[in-house]
Amino acid sequence: MTTETDAQAPAKEFGRARPRKEDARLVTGQTTWTDNLTLPGLLHIAFVRSPFAHARITSVDVSAARGMPGVIAAFSGADFADEQGSLPCAWPVTPDIVIPAHPPMATEEVRYVGEAVACVVARDRYAAADAVSAVDVGYEPLPPVLDIRTALDEGSPKVHEAGNKSFEWVFQNGDLDAAFRDAPVVIERNYRQQRLIPSAMEPRAVVCSCVGGEFTLWSATQIPHVLRVMLALVTGVPEQNIRVIAPDVGGGFGSKLQVTAEEVLAMLIARKLGRPVKWTESRSEGNMTVHHGRDQWQRIRVAAERDGRVRGLSVDLLADMGAYLMLVTPGVPLLGAFMFPAIYKMDAYSFRCTGVFTTKMPTDAYRGAGRPEATFAIERTMDELANELGMDPLEVRQRNWITHAEFPYTTIAGLTYDSGNYEAATARAKELFGYDQLRQEQAARRASGDPVQLGIGVSTFTEMCGLAPSRVLGSLAYGAGGWENASVRMLPTGKVEVVTGSSAHGQGHETAWSQIVADRLGVPFEDIRVLHGDTQVSPKGMDTYGSRSLTVGGVAVLSACDKVIAKAKVIASALLEAPPEEVEFEAGTFRARGGAGTTKTIQEIALATFAAHDLPDGVEPSLDSDATYDPDNFSFPHGTHLCATEIDTETGMVTIRSYVAVDDVGTVVNPLIVDGQVHGGIAQGIAQALYEEAVYDEDGNLLTTTMADYLLPSAADLPHFTTDRTQTPATTNPMGVKGVGEAGTIASTPAVVNAIIDALRQFGVRDVPMPCTPERVWRAIQAGRDSGTQAQNGAAR
Amino acid sequence: MIPAKFDYARPSSLDEAVRALADGGEDAKVIAGGQSLLPLLRLRLSFPDLLVDIGRLNELRGVHDEGAALWIGALTTHDQVLHDPLIAEHCGLLAEAAATVADPAVRHRATLGGSLSHADPAADLPAVAAALDATITARGPAGDREIAAGDFFVDYLTTSLAPGEILTGFRVPKLGADWGYRYEKFHRTAQAWAIVGVAALARRSNGHVAEARIGLTNMGTVPVRARAAEQAAAGAEASVSALRSAAALADAEAQPPSDLHGAPDYRRHLARVLTGRALAAASRV
Repeated sequence: MTTETDAQAPAKEFGRARPRKEDARLVTGQTTWTDNLTLPGLLHIAFVRSPFAHARITSVDVSAARGMPGVIAAFSGADFADEQGSLPCAWPVTPDIVIPAHPPMATEEVRYVGEAVACVVARDRYAAADAVSAVDVGYEPLPPVLDIRTALDEGSPKVHEAGNKSFEWVFQNGDLDAAFRDAPVVIERNYRQQRLIPSAMEPRAVVCSCVGGEFTLWSATQIPHVLRVMLALVTGVPEQNIRVIAPDVGGGFGSKLQVTAEEVLAMLIARKLGRPVKWTESRSEGNMTVHHGRDQWQRIRVAAERDGRVRGLSVDLLADMGAYLMLVTPGVPLLGAFMFPAIYKMDAYSFRCTGVFTTKMPTDAYRGAGRPEATFAIERTMDELANELGMDPLEVRQRNWITHAEFPYTTIAGLTYDSGNYEAATARAKELFGYDQLRQEQAARRASGDPVQLGIGVSTFTEMCGLAPSRVLGSLAYGAGGWENASVRMLPTGKVEVVTGSSAHGQGHETAWSQIVADRLGVPFEDIRVLHGDTQVSPKGMDTYGSRSLTVGGVAVLSACDKVIAKAKVIASALLEAPPEEVEFEAGTFRARGGAGTTKTIQEIALATFAAHDLPDGVEPSLDSDATYDPDNFSFPHGTHLCATEIDTETGMVTIRSYVAVDDVGTVVNPLIVDGQVHGGIAQGIAQALYEEAVYDEDGNLLTTTMADYLLPSAADLPHFTTDRTQTPATTNPMGVKGVGEAGTIASTPAVVNAIIDALRQFGVRDVPMPCTPERVWRAIQAGRDSGTQAQNGAAR
Repeated sequence: MIPAKFDYARPSSLDEAVRALADGGEDAKVIAGGQSLLPLLRLRLSFPDLLVDIGRLNELRGVHDEGAALWIGALTTHDQVLHDPLIAEHCGLLAEAAATVADPAVRHRATLGGSLSHADPAADLPAVAAALDATITARGPAGDREIAAGDFFVDYLTTSLAPGEILTGFRVPKLGADWGYRYEKFHRTAQAWAIVGVAALARRSNGHVAEARIGLTNMGTVPVRARAAEQAAAGAEASVSALRSAAALADAEAQPPSDLHGAPDYRRHLARVLTGRALAAASRV
């Protein structure tokens, strides 16, 4: 249902549910994944990885490995010591942040299980894998540091010489003391954001060749452009001598928004050996060494009036950095800092985040990056507040949210939300969900003591995405801008090539960009080809993450189209023999205003430009254009998600009975793509609520190295999603679009956990740590019943 | 990960396979559907020198009606079990359990013989075989022999098959129409192993349970027969409450493992709850 329509009148391709043009080649395998590449003389790298969470390296002997059949070379960290540099952290969030040296291959000390200490290079993968066990590494174990709650204690072992604290970042607005002083209601809760392992369908893979000092690096990466810059900075290889290609990439969810040790080392090895090399991780290797996500302890306090109005909010985070700071590790919790106040009005807000080192795999961006954590904490807490006040959870939200009439609205966190309609999304979600009927059924089950209890969970979320205004990134000490680049080229035959700096890895850019261009230039969808993911083909870009592609990259494409039209208009004016200001362009055709029906299509102009026979003086024979767009603001999609869970109180099993998501992502270019993003996002958020957790044992060994232990839900485990949309166009970009890539993930986790707690509150349960496994749910029920009304955290095993 | 080097033989007769396996000694392994062995090879948890691929031995395929029993060939896939009319008629429990294993792709390759000889106590079919009082048939250098399911599973991933012996199939006594069954599998995702599974069979007579058999998945190092609960159920009224009381003994013989998915006390609790449910369903309560 559409509650508002875009005043800019979507033309024929906008809003059309086109199947994605890239899917045929992706789903049939008729494409090039990095691991499929082969080059003459290609060698294969296998890494020797630390079995210790923390140890001093006393010796590395690769000589036996060098003698193994098929092995061409074997290296230890010492072999790279003077050329490998330090893996970059591009987000030094405070002036006094501690950023430890992070050698791609460890030379003196290892600080997490899986850290590379040596490698072998062989003629095939089998020989390389065999030779790994022939490398002899001596370790002197050091004490691991595994719990961020104790890592800052005086007597804690140190991960790095400088200690275990990386930074402390604070934000404050309004008079917090006043908000809490004499507040009729104060709720304080502690939540655990468990550690997650991003699980893209395609594992990481890299191929690198070095010919005459010029490098070509293929990588399953989200960020070919950023990677190129960073590889130049890390290795000292001149940037112009590095070409990075991201062929078709099978998902990333943030995990491929990284400059990895393996990419740097592939370059160095290719240069040392003068031969191309390849490395592809196995799933178990990936679980250990792909950067992890989340891992925070959150303390949240809210002060409120008896009528439910929130006065103030205070948040204190401990964030596990892992062993090192990677590309944006310290910035992830900051992306959440601005989102704790969410859609709510309040007088005061304070935020503090302490980044702490541990001897675990570093954390970094994972779908939502900071915003899921914030949204979870505030949405869980709004439910707790509602319960404390005896109010309906939607009612307490409505009492606090920014009303439609109040937009644009500057929040207590300093963000200016340009648009939104929380009332409309919530009303629609309630209707689709059958909210009132489910509440009745819940009451009936409670009254009858049914072993299967029903819970209803609410999440009225917003998020900030479309990263990002470069000025804002600068003010947050991020090391790059947030613009995006696009080129549009009219070919002589009237077809169109679009070059985009957004680097697709499953998002459907080729389809969406074609729809944008088809509408703007008035050319058939089929006549448009979108090129991306190769720094030689699309030389400028900031790549794909943070739900930024459409709101930044898409606008750049639109802007490049307008430049093409402007150029074409000058030529059309000459051919139509009318002054430019008299020439109109619509649906692909130029005509002179009031002219006698003479027209020129943009395709005809393209051919005329190619021939260049009759161009006006001083007009260059080109319809190519290049545009770079730097957004003025973030985009703020929002929505209301409602979840009903059934809980088997005898076993603790949680079943999602129904799930309704009404999202507002502004104007929709392609509803199929939006639905796909929402479905996948919800699934990933449900996965955090119910299934996923990276578990380290007391020695710092990762226990969840396979998918038998790191559980991911499949379609068989997920309910039908009822999705709908309200459309409140963004006012900060010309298409009225907002990001959608992370919305589902951000919204769904608290909806599910709220539903679980809603069902279990009657047993005295106040929280169940994520993932809410059957065992934890069952133990929480037991503990709650045992202790009467006192809340328990269940089995935090 | 990728496997270490191994030799590979693909014999065309059972006797040839037995010979190849015997010649290979302790470091030879049989491969059929590969759904258990290949992950072990890829994770380098298993390093056989020789794989004897029995995939072409068609005599080990299919379901044969022997009158009082069915003989099911070792190479019969889970998917074939699901769709076989003889199994549906005479030992539907097997089909019900096979349907819960992993996903369709795995079920199309995974074989019954592989599941039994791998002897993973977390796999579903060993407990079903135990509950069905099945016998395993095997051929080795010394000839054919039959092994009762209770004697077949020796320890975690260990069977009583002798070196050189190949599991050829298993024989299941037919169950009459007065028997009911239920496999209760408790797992967190569809593709996950059972945290606990309960295979229950019950023969109902005059409003009572005349006889019950219960096999437990993942409640010990081998599939466990819950004899105490079986005895308590025998003669009990076919009612939810009576069968729940019998099920309270379901974990008496169990020694459940502890892992990320469940501590032993939780598994014991689950075994009792699920046995109550499985018995009730099997008794058509």
